[in-house]
Amino acid sequence: MATTWRDEGLLLAVRRHGEGAAVLEILTAEHGRHAGLAPGGGSRRMAPVLQPGAQLSVEWRARLEEHLGSWRVEPARSRAAAIMSDRRSLAAMSAISALLVAFLPEREPHPELYARTIALVDALGADSDWPALYALWELALLGELGYGLDLSQCAATGASGPNADLAWISPRTGRAVSREAGGPWSDRLLPMPRLFLGDPKHGEPDIALALRATGHFLDAQVAPAFNRRAAPEARARLVALFRP
Amino acid sequence: MTRGQEPIEKLIELLARLPGLGPRSARRAALHLVRKRDLLLAPLAEAMAEVARSVRPCLECGNLSTAERCAICADPRRDAAQICVVQDVADLWAMERSSAYRGRYHVLGGLLNALDGTGPEELGLPRLAERVREGVSEVILALPATIDGQTTAHYVADILPEGVQATSLAQGVPVGGELDFLDDGTIGAALRARRSL
Repeated sequence: MATTWRDEGLLLAVRRHGEGAAVLEILTAEHGRHAGLAPGGGSRRMAPVLQPGAQLSVEWRARLEEHLGSWRVEPARSRAAAIMSDRRSLAAMSAISALLVAFLPEREPHPELYARTIALVDALGADSDWPALYALWELALLGELGYGLDLSQCAATGASGPNADLAWISPRTGRAVSREAGGPWSDRLLPMPRLFLGDPKHGEPDIALALRATGHFLDAQVAPAFNRRAAPEARARLVALFRP
Repeated sequence: MTRGQEPIEKLIELLARLPGLGPRSARRAALHLVRKRDLLLAPLAEAMAEVARSVRPCLECGNLSTAERCAICADPRRDAAQICVVQDVADLWAMERSSAYRGRYHVLGGLLNALDGTGPEELGLPRLAERVREGVSEVILALPATIDGQTTAHYVADILPEGVQATSLAQGVPVGGELDFLDDGTIGAALRARRSL
């Protein structure tokens, strides 16, 4: 009995398959990251529609659930022009696609991450504060992958709240450490970005700190679990644009 | 085609691997070639053998050539201060058909791609950076208006030495194009790139 479902999704990647077809990786709202063959998806007519970042209405069909299956896609919204207008937005879109394809398990729904991802790609090229959204998105991605950081209280003293003065993150446990408790080991700790504490007054150096922190956990903990030496190169190219 | 031992069957099998041809059209093409043995088959075989023997990528720019340097790189009338960066040789040929450009080229052979692992080394970008240091004042990035194409264009622009101008092709309404048939992104890009008349 054939399996069919409909959903909406964000196009992450297009791989040409044969002359006219393409395998599309789509982050769907209800079915998670899902692949499928799109007949005609590699054609010139479809090229403007099937750019990473496009919002699609999709129908996935397969004879058996475990098959690759095939897509029928309809474009709902293209974001390519807005994203391509800015080099950082372009780099961010590549990093988002690469991280999700590399690390997010297939066919597992992640509705909160989906909503965050859509909000983020909508902001690319349109909202000047998207770098902060991106850093928070990576933090959320770590959480969805099971490597969430605990920044609610100091790991050493248990202090929490606005007076806890959380200034560091432990690179081993991913827990926050207060300035006083972490002082003697400050050279081994990751500086806490104000952005992660909800401070709205974050600047470019703070974004760089945030990306350094999330990058540490992506490289040191997530990537080895997927037999990779580090997070995808596309992320490194984005981070290089945010050097403090 | 499992028998595959007869020369004609081998020919059909090979033709079927060409872009735009399937097994049925390959059979038709093979039959046509055999019927026009003197007019088509023998000259085609000779031409293909000659191309296989002599055509190589130009050491300078990556264009196809029978010499170490292609005719464009070897032509002293071409402007050596301009390099046009294209994705592949088909794009170079398209630019040449326009006769609008008189500089030199650099063929990348692909685009940076986050997912298939194509990085700067695979595209020969260090070689481009070397060439640019040899008196080039402008690099024209004639790369596809896609996410990968523009990511590559920005990367190339970033590695250029100071003083070298990086430019890219305009995006917008094609000659003979009607707005009603254009996608939203192209109309948006055309509007942003509008100019005074």
